[in-house]
Amino acid sequence: MSFINYSSKEINCKIVYYGPGLCGKTTNLQYIYKRMNPDARGKMISLATETERTLFFDFLPLSLGEVRGFKTRFHLYTVPGQVFYDASRRLILRGVDGVVFCADSQLTRMDANVESVENLRLNLEEQGYNPDKVPLVMQYNKRDLPNIASVAELHALLNLRNVPEIEACATTGIGVFETLKATIKLILNDLRKGGR
Amino acid sequence: MSQNHFVLREQEYGAFLSALRKLRTDAFAKVVFLVDKNGTLLASTGEAVGLDTTALASLAAGNIAATGGLANLIGEKEFSILFHEGERDNMHISVVGDRLILVVIFDRRSSVGLVRLRVRRASEELAKILVAAEESTVEDEGVIEELTEEDIESLFR
Ligand SMILES: Nc1nc2c(ncn2[C@@H]2O[C@H](COP(=O)(O)OP(=O)(O)OP(=O)(O)O)[C@@H](O)[C@H]2O)c(=O)[nH]1
Ligand SMILES: [Mg+2]
Repeated sequence: MSFINYSSKEINCKIVYYGPGLCGKTTNLQYIYKRMNPDARGKMISLATETERTLFFDFLPLSLGEVRGFKTRFHLYTVPGQVFYDASRRLILRGVDGVVFCADSQLTRMDANVESVENLRLNLEEQGYNPDKVPLVMQYNKRDLPNIASVAELHALLNLRNVPEIEACATTGIGVFETLKATIKLILNDLRKGGR
Repeated sequence: MSQNHFVLREQEYGAFLSALRKLRTDAFAKVVFLVDKNGTLLASTGEAVGLDTTALASLAAGNIAATGGLANLIGEKEFSILFHEGERDNMHISVVGDRLILVVIFDRRSSVGLVRLRVRRASEELAKILVAAEESTVEDEGVIEELTEEDIESLFR
């Protein structure tokens, strides 16, 4: 749920990066953090295990430019992808304005991707959202690795709503900002239409 | 979708802020801030310079969300008050009107008993302002609805 502050002239929106364990959600945020102008981003907070697996969430606040005199601020969160952290994932989806589904392109991770897509739908419903309406972008990550599924395969398996899809390599940053932009556009368009 | 966006106008912002200021004085606190449950900062007052209020807001909301999850597991609705004691500073976190989180940071100049007492009174005031804010959200004629494709595009130039 976006938050509009007429007093400080700000529009705040929440974006959640979702997807199976090790698909590269945290890496997306790390890349954005590294590449954004320090004036335009806050500190990145990672609540992680000692082995750098996300335990609760990563958080990265961004402020983009102004529209109609309002500063736009986006709060980026990642969920912990490991299956047993489901309770935490549900909490982080609360109040979400748009979701990036980060899929791991490796063939061996297809089951995990499918399970995570289904889990996203369930958890969105649980938070009172219509899972067919929430702004969503698919990112097919790890395109640099061998033994990966084709985009057509990933599309057929995961992109059931036929939403924008972007190929990425989060470690080198390919597709990372394209994904973010696509998501922000969907969110602002969605808000504008008041379509929810 | 049941939820719409939440709008905060000058008037309610000013009301929130003066309630926070009063609470800070009455409770001898260092910093007081108000956050929505999704982790966005609404207003703050006090010695907030040098504090990363954005990060604080997000973590306070995460804290309430996580203990809320714990509460559900044992059949409680939520733990509406959290208290964290540090060596120097302490933090009192409480839920206001189901939607907001009130965070009070204080040191030896105050005490948890006093803070708790003052927070209770301030919460009633804040909850009233929140109701007014929610009503103005409903009748929002809004900047957002007026956004054009071009406005959105311009963010990325
Ligand atoms: N080769 C390659 N490795 C990647 C890519 N993206 C992420 N990785 C690596 O994959 C591993 C896991 O990345 P994370 O970003 O921590 O994964 P995560 O999705 O946050 O995982 P959880 O926190 O457990 O949910 C790290 O070693 C990354 O360097 C990519 O595009 N290509
Ligand atoms: Mg992670």
